[in-house]
Amino acid sequence: MKNRGRIALASETAETAETVAAGGASAAAPKRSASANIAKFRELGLLAFIVLLSAGVQLRNPSFLTWENINDIATNTAILSILAVGMMLVIVTRGIDLSIGATLALSGMIAALTVKQYPGANPALALLIGVGIGLACGAVLGFLVSKVRILPIIATLGMMNVFRGLTFEASGGKWVSAHQMPDSFKAIATGKLLGVNHLILIAVVIYLVAYFFVNHTRTGRQVYAVGSNPESAAISGIRTGRILGLVYTVMGGLSGLAGVLWVSKFASAQGDTASGYELSVIAACVLGGVSIAGGSGKISGIVLGSVLLGILNNALPMIDVSPFWQNWIQGMIILVAVLVNALVKRGIDRNHLMRRRI
Amino acid sequence: MEPRVIADRREFSLRGFFLQWEWMLVVLFVAINVMNVNLSEFYWDFDNLRDATMGFLDKAFIVLPMVFIIILGDIDISVGSIVALSSVIMADLYNHGVPMPLAMAICLAVGALCGYINGLLIVKFKELSAVIVTLSTMIIYRGVAYILLKDQAAGKFPEWFGFLGWDYVAGVPFILIVFAVFAVAFGYLLHRTTFGRRVYAMGSNPTASRFSGVRTDRIKIVVFTLAGLMAAVAALFLTSRMGSTRPNIAAGYELDVIAMVVLGGVSTAGGKGRMAGAILAVFLIGYLRYGLGLVNVSAQTMLVIIGLLLIFAVMIPKLRLGRAIRR
Repeated sequence: MKNRGRIALASETAETAETVAAGGASAAAPKRSASANIAKFRELGLLAFIVLLSAGVQLRNPSFLTWENINDIATNTAILSILAVGMMLVIVTRGIDLSIGATLALSGMIAALTVKQYPGANPALALLIGVGIGLACGAVLGFLVSKVRILPIIATLGMMNVFRGLTFEASGGKWVSAHQMPDSFKAIATGKLLGVNHLILIAVVIYLVAYFFVNHTRTGRQVYAVGSNPESAAISGIRTGRILGLVYTVMGGLSGLAGVLWVSKFASAQGDTASGYELSVIAACVLGGVSIAGGSGKISGIVLGSVLLGILNNALPMIDVSPFWQNWIQGMIILVAVLVNALVKRGIDRNHLMRRRI
Repeated sequence: MEPRVIADRREFSLRGFFLQWEWMLVVLFVAINVMNVNLSEFYWDFDNLRDATMGFLDKAFIVLPMVFIIILGDIDISVGSIVALSSVIMADLYNHGVPMPLAMAICLAVGALCGYINGLLIVKFKELSAVIVTLSTMIIYRGVAYILLKDQAAGKFPEWFGFLGWDYVAGVPFILIVFAVFAVAFGYLLHRTTFGRRVYAMGSNPTASRFSGVRTDRIKIVVFTLAGLMAAVAALFLTSRMGSTRPNIAAGYELDVIAMVVLGGVSTAGGKGRMAGAILAVFLIGYLRYGLGLVNVSAQTMLVIIGLLLIFAVMIPKLRLGRAIRR
């Protein structure tokens, strides 16, 4: 009994990340709020939901769980999950970034224009250019949010249009299509290493780095501190402005990387590439339990969130759900996930009060 | 949040009078017109200007309630989707045999309902910001419009429906008259009623105003419902002007509307701003677009300009020079 209480508490502290001070582990509460129990099982529940969904789709369409299709889902989810890492950091600091679709398009377009001009260039150069442009876009946003103190939603809404407009300007409204890109560039996303697609490998590496950064570095922990309580973070000596700037710059860099991968994967760069994609990324984050109020969110959560969205995107057409329903379904998923997160948070807070016997 | 005194009525001083945000807008407005006149010989033409005004005024209906929302310190990015949804439902009903006046009434009701849902969610889930709530309803509302109409267009409205967007009453565009009436009504509501004072109070300090007896929840719901309703009014005029509707109409309206409100001097921190500024900003952005459109500036460049305008409008007051200007 005592043991069970301790385990429950441990998972809870992890759940609310920095908001809960550790300590008093043996004083397990006799009463628990129902919705707090969901928190313990959220990731398990998400996993169970993914399994159920896959089983259901498999019944309707037997080609769903083939090796090819699973590989397809993983490759398609890779870009989404890369972006979700950056978005999680931004949301943890109580921000939001609506500009990533546009940043992605801009850096993808410029990388594509570069390889179109210099077909002999090393594809690594294209990657570098894409990431560089993404970093620059992100740094501008970071400056606006941290130094000028513009609300993230306003700053990113404004810059979203600027970046999108620049994408059209850069290309003169034209597309860069497959035959204008050298094979070496397309191989960035289609190539394989040890039988595994590059995209999946890149995503895995980014997740490992992000996991280490978030959980085992000082700066990573400071991101959470800034998100859960900006005032006390500032008072305890954290340079909150710098953390904010860093978070948006990282988000921009990841969008830039994703832009090159996207253009290479679909072998086409357009002015409206990935427009509205930011919403899917935000959906993946809130599905994975990243709290929009800031301060909490786990890497394991956003992996599951991205995978679930990836499966939905792949499965809905396979079971003949009209593409016109997909918008609505995605919106409902975000809304329900956000509301459930909020209810769970209430349950946890109530639980803490009960434990303190207030 | 630092406490702020809400002055009952300021003492009049000439310097204070001219150091208002609205005067800066007037100067900017004149500058834009001078620039436009020099850019194109067709700009300074009464008929052209009048018709251009009819072209951008539909958004302006949403600006009016958005001023309230931003003064509350909130934001609503679902308004573009509400325009699309109410317009699509109206067209769909009419094409299924519902008489046009009834369909128009339902259009307004749908808009108000969408706004009410936004308000209700925001009030019931206080830990969620209005950003995320309206972000998800933005996707949902437009999603419903797509479910209803797929990627088709719907139209074939009766002849008289075009009156809203295209006709004049005694030489004045009908849409301008309706807008003027609404603008006066909303201005009165904000600056001359207790409701308006409470909105300012809530924007300055929500907790304090709740403890002093302001029914904060109810006011918030009313304001968001008004935004939905006005989005539906905009939908009526926009649909009439376009003659048909699609699920993707009014995409990006939220950006334009928010840019106009913020440029109009309404602070995104809440509690500050006036109706007159926002209305000035409507015409400022409208004529800027029209003038640049005359000299073939592309829609994409316009995106960049409006985006930068939004950023600079929120930046200026944070700079030293801007702080002197009273908002």
